Amino acid sequence: MASAPSRIRVADVNGVMRVDFTDSDILDEAAIRQINSELTRAIEAASPPRVLICFAGVEHLSSAALGTLVTVNSLIKKRGGQLRFSNIKPSIFEVFKITKLSKLFQFFDTAEQALQGFGRG
Amino acid sequence: MASTQSDRDEGSTRLAEESKAIEAFQRRIDGILTSFEFSEQARFGVRLSLEEAIMNGFHHGNQRDPAKWVEVRWAISPEEATFHVLDEGEGFDPEAVPDPTLDENLEIPSGRGIMLIRTYMTEAMYHSPGNHIEMRYRKPRR
Repeated sequence: MASAPSRIRVADVNGVMRVDFTDSDILDEAAIRQINSELTRAIEAASPPRVLICFAGVEHLSSAALGTLVTVNSLIKKRGGQLRFSNIKPSIFEVFKITKLSKLFQFFDTAEQALQGFGRG
Repeated sequence: MASTQSDRDEGSTRLAEESKAIEAFQRRIDGILTSFEFSEQARFGVRLSLEEAIMNGFHHGNQRDPAKWVEVRWAISPEEATFHVLDEGEGFDPEAVPDPTLDENLEIPSGRGIMLIRTYMTEAMYHSPGNHIEMRYRKPRR
């Protein structure tokens, strides 16, 4: 069976795993499940995982996508790593604020800002 | 099934859990809202709420049974957009869903859909036995 095209791009930036999404809408359940398993695989291969998820280009995201981010955050914490977010549109950030998940995650305006000081808390 | 007059668009559709069909439906509704000059913010909220209601219908209502449908009915006017989303499940008590914004629940991956609907829509109510949500977005008065 041919595998589905990847839903994320993962790049190593000075020891930080930078993740970008390939879709502007993170709504579809099958796609979210795929993102979850791709991220989990990548995080489990890193020790400790230092992960930046860049939301540039993301226009919509559902509660199922939030659920995946919560799960990924728990896994990263369990492995002694760090998770940061960057480039979130105001409308998407609003979803994090409404659900109070803004308390759980660290947000930065740009990927460059997020990459600075990674590993120092 | 749909009827369009210049001041109102009404219709209904039955969706299977198939992402392309759901995406096409969302685009159709977004087009109607755009033609009635709903703001970008309103369209964002409606799209998210519809997605959450439809997915709740498939997962919690229909228990992912591929033989079951989710039906959406809509009535959109220049002032407001009303949607009914019905599944073929036995219903549930929306009040029994724990508050996902409490600190002790923040790390639970699920349970945020209903609160997003209630936040983004002007009104949202479940009809007994809980397999039918009615939700409405009303444009703010100028």
